[in-house]
Amino acid sequence: MAVLAPLGLLAYRLGRGKAVNTIASGVRMHSRPQQYGWYSVVWMGLPALGVALLAALLSVTGLIAPARELVLVVSVAVALLGLAYGLRAVRPEVRARNALDTVIRLLLLSAALISIVTTISIVLSVLFEAMRFFRAVSVWEFVTGTVWSPGDTFLEAAGRGDEVEEGGSFFGSVPLFAGTFMVTAIAMATALPIGLLSAIFMSEYASRRQRSFAKPVLEILAGIPTVVYGFFAAVTVTPLVVNAANFFGLDASYSNILSPGIVMGIMIIPFISSLSDDVINSIPQSLREGAYALGTTHSETIKQVILPAALPGIISAFLLGVSRALGETMIVVMAAGVRPNLTWNPLEDMTTVTVNIVYSLTGDQAFDSPMTLAAFALGLVLFIVTLMLNLVSTYLVRRFKQKYD
Amino acid sequence: MQRRLTGSANDPRIKARYRREARFKAYSITALLVAFGIIIGFFADIIGQGYTAFWQHEIRVTLDYNERAERIGRFAIDEDLRDVVSRGAVRGIPLEMRNNPELAGTTREAWVPVYSRIDQYFKGNETLADDLAARVESLRDEGVIRSSFNWIFFTSGDSKLPEMAGIFSAVVGSLLVLMVTLAIAFPIGVMSAIYLEEFAPDNRLTQAIEVNINNLAAVPSIIFGLLGLAVFINTFGVPRSSALVGGLTLALMTLPIIIISTRAALRAVPDPIRLGAFAMGCSRWQVVRDHVLPLSLPGILTGTIIGLAQAMGETAPLIIVGMIAYIPDAPGGIFDAATVLPAQIFTWASEPRQAFQERTGAGIMVLLAVLLTLNATAVLLRRRFERRW
Repeated sequence: MAVLAPLGLLAYRLGRGKAVNTIASGVRMHSRPQQYGWYSVVWMGLPALGVALLAALLSVTGLIAPARELVLVVSVAVALLGLAYGLRAVRPEVRARNALDTVIRLLLLSAALISIVTTISIVLSVLFEAMRFFRAVSVWEFVTGTVWSPGDTFLEAAGRGDEVEEGGSFFGSVPLFAGTFMVTAIAMATALPIGLLSAIFMSEYASRRQRSFAKPVLEILAGIPTVVYGFFAAVTVTPLVVNAANFFGLDASYSNILSPGIVMGIMIIPFISSLSDDVINSIPQSLREGAYALGTTHSETIKQVILPAALPGIISAFLLGVSRALGETMIVVMAAGVRPNLTWNPLEDMTTVTVNIVYSLTGDQAFDSPMTLAAFALGLVLFIVTLMLNLVSTYLVRRFKQKYD
Repeated sequence: MQRRLTGSANDPRIKARYRREARFKAYSITALLVAFGIIIGFFADIIGQGYTAFWQHEIRVTLDYNERAERIGRFAIDEDLRDVVSRGAVRGIPLEMRNNPELAGTTREAWVPVYSRIDQYFKGNETLADDLAARVESLRDEGVIRSSFNWIFFTSGDSKLPEMAGIFSAVVGSLLVLMVTLAIAFPIGVMSAIYLEEFAPDNRLTQAIEVNINNLAAVPSIIFGLLGLAVFINTFGVPRSSALVGGLTLALMTLPIIIISTRAALRAVPDPIRLGAFAMGCSRWQVVRDHVLPLSLPGILTGTIIGLAQAMGETAPLIIVGMIAYIPDAPGGIFDAATVLPAQIFTWASEPRQAFQERTGAGIMVLLAVLLTLNATAVLLRRRFERRW
C-alpha cells in the first residue's frame, strides 16, 4: 500500500505529462490531461491492489500463506506492467473520461454492496452458530420448554459432566421470551399514551413556537445512551418502585421487571411522539375542515377523523417502538434479574432474551460451548422478529404516504 | 383556535361536548408536561448522583523517603496518618525511589488523596468509627485535610481503589474506537449514498440495497455484537477487546445512518444544478464531485456527527466483543485491549461501593456533556449552512 502511493503519483504525472505534450504538439485529445493522468493511475493501481487483496484473502482463509516479500514483488511488478500499458494507452482517440466514470461507478457500487454483505454475514454467522446449537438441542424443546438452566452445561464444559443428572441442562426459552414480552408490554404501556398524547398536543393544539420548542426537547430523550437509562433504572426507579409497592402492602423484588419496563418506555417516548407528530401533520387540512363544517369540536375531529386517518402511521410507530424494546439490552442487563421466571407479576424479577445473550457471552466459556451457542440461537430469533416488525412497519408507512401524497 | 358550536349555550348536550373538549386538551397537555417532568427529574437525578465526584478530599502529608518506604510505600507516611491516606497514593513510592536514588533520606510535603471511605464520610454518604471520625474532623479543622478539584478523575484510568479511579483510559479507548468507526463508515457510507442517489439505475439490485439499508438501521445493536464476535473475532482473528474490533462493529451500525442522511442531503440539491453542469459537458462524476458534493457537504457532516454520537453512547455490542476489560492504563493503539466510556460506566455501576456510584454519575455527566455538544454542533451546522432552494 505504502509503495503504491508514490507510484500512483508517478503514474499521474507521467500520464498527464504525455497528454499535455500531445496537446502541445497540436493534436486534439478526447479527454482532459488530468483524466489521462488518473487513467494511468487506475491501470497501475487496480490490478496491483487486486493482487494484494487476493493474497490477503488467501492467507486469511488459510488456504495458502504466500510470503509477504513475494506478494510485494508480484504486486509491484503488476503495477509497473499496468503503468506501462496505461501510458501506452494515452492516445488521442482513447476515451479516458468515460473509462474513468465507469471505474468510479463500479467503485461506488462496491461500497453500496457492503450493506448487503453485512446483512448476509449477520444472517449467515448467526444462523451457522444457531444451527450448531440446534444439533444439540431440539428446536421443539427450545421453543416450548419452560425451563432455562444452562448452568449445568457449565459443569459439562468444565469436564465434570458426570456430576450432572441425566438431562440436567434445559434450554426451554419460554421464560426468557415471557420476560422480554413483559418488559416490552410495560414499556409500550408507558410510551404509547404519553407519546401519542404529546404528539396530538404538538400537532393540533400547540402554537408554532411551542411546537418548535417541545419537539427537540422530547428528542433529547432519544439521544441519551442506554447505559445511562440502565443506571437510572437500577439506582433511582427500582427503589421508588419497591417503596411504592411496600406502601401498598405488596412485595417487590429489587430486580423487578417493572422499573426497567418503565424506563424503557421513557426511552421510546420520542420515537412514538416524533413519528406520530409527523404522520398527524401530513394529514390533509381538508379532512379537518370537512369535519369542522359538520359541526364537530376540535377533540371530536381528532378522535373521529384524524386519528383513524393516521392509524397506519401510528401503528407503524408503535411497531418500531416494540422492535426497539425487544432488542434493548443495557437497561434490562443493569436493572432486571438473571433468574428465568415464568410469572404474570411485574413486581417479581424476570430475565429477558438480551440479558441471557450478554451473560452467556461475557463469561469464560469456550466459544463452542452450548451456552455460547444458545446466545446465537436467541439472537437469531430476535433478529427475525425485529426484521418482521420493521418490514410491516415500513409497509404501513409506505401505504399511508401513497394515500395522502 | 376556539370554536363555538351553534345552538343554545345552555343545552346540556352541548355543554357536555365542551367539557369533553376541555378534558381532552387537558390530557394532551398533561402528557407533554409529564414527559418534560421526566426529563427534568432525570437530569436532576443524574447530576445529584454525580456532581460530588468532581471534588475529592486530600491531605497534606510529609513524605519521608526512608529505607522502609523503599519496600512498602506506606512507611513514607507518619504512623498515625497511615489509615487516613489512600493506599493508592503511596503505592508508587518504592518505584519512585528506585528510579531516583538521590531521593533517599530526603523529605517532601505533598497533598495526597484520602482513603475513599473518609472522603465519603465528609460528603455525608458513609459513616466511620467514632474515634476515626473525630480524628479526621479535627484534621480538617486544622486545615490538613481539604477538598479540592478531582483531577485524578480526568487523568487516570480505572482502579480498584475508587479515589484513584478515573475516566482517562476509557476516554482514550472511546476516541480510538470512534476513529476506526469514522475511518470505515464515513467513506463507505458517503460512496454508497452517492451511488444510490446519483448513479444507480432503478433495478432489482438497487431496490434490494435500499431495503437492506433501511432494515440494517433498525436491527438491534446487540445483534451487531454477535456479528462482530462471530465474523471479526472468530473468523478473521481480530484481537478480542481491541479498539479495532469495537470500531469495526460500530462502523457497521453507523453505516446505515450515514447513508440515509447523506442521501437526504444529496436529494436536497436541486436538479437544475446537475442539468446545468451536464449542459456544460461534465461527466456524471464531474457533476457529483464539483457541484453536488460541495453543496451537500454540511448535510453529510451533520448526519455523520449524529451517527458518531450514537456510536459513542453504544454499549451492548461492545460488551459482546469483550470491551469491558479492566483497563488501568490508556491503550497505546487500536490492537491493544481497551474499554470505552459507556462500558466504564457500566462497570462502575455494578460496583456496590458508594464512591463508585458517585463516579458512575460523574462519568455519565461527562458522557452526556460530550453527546449534547456533538448533537448541538450538528444542529448549529445545519442551521448555519442550510440553504433553501
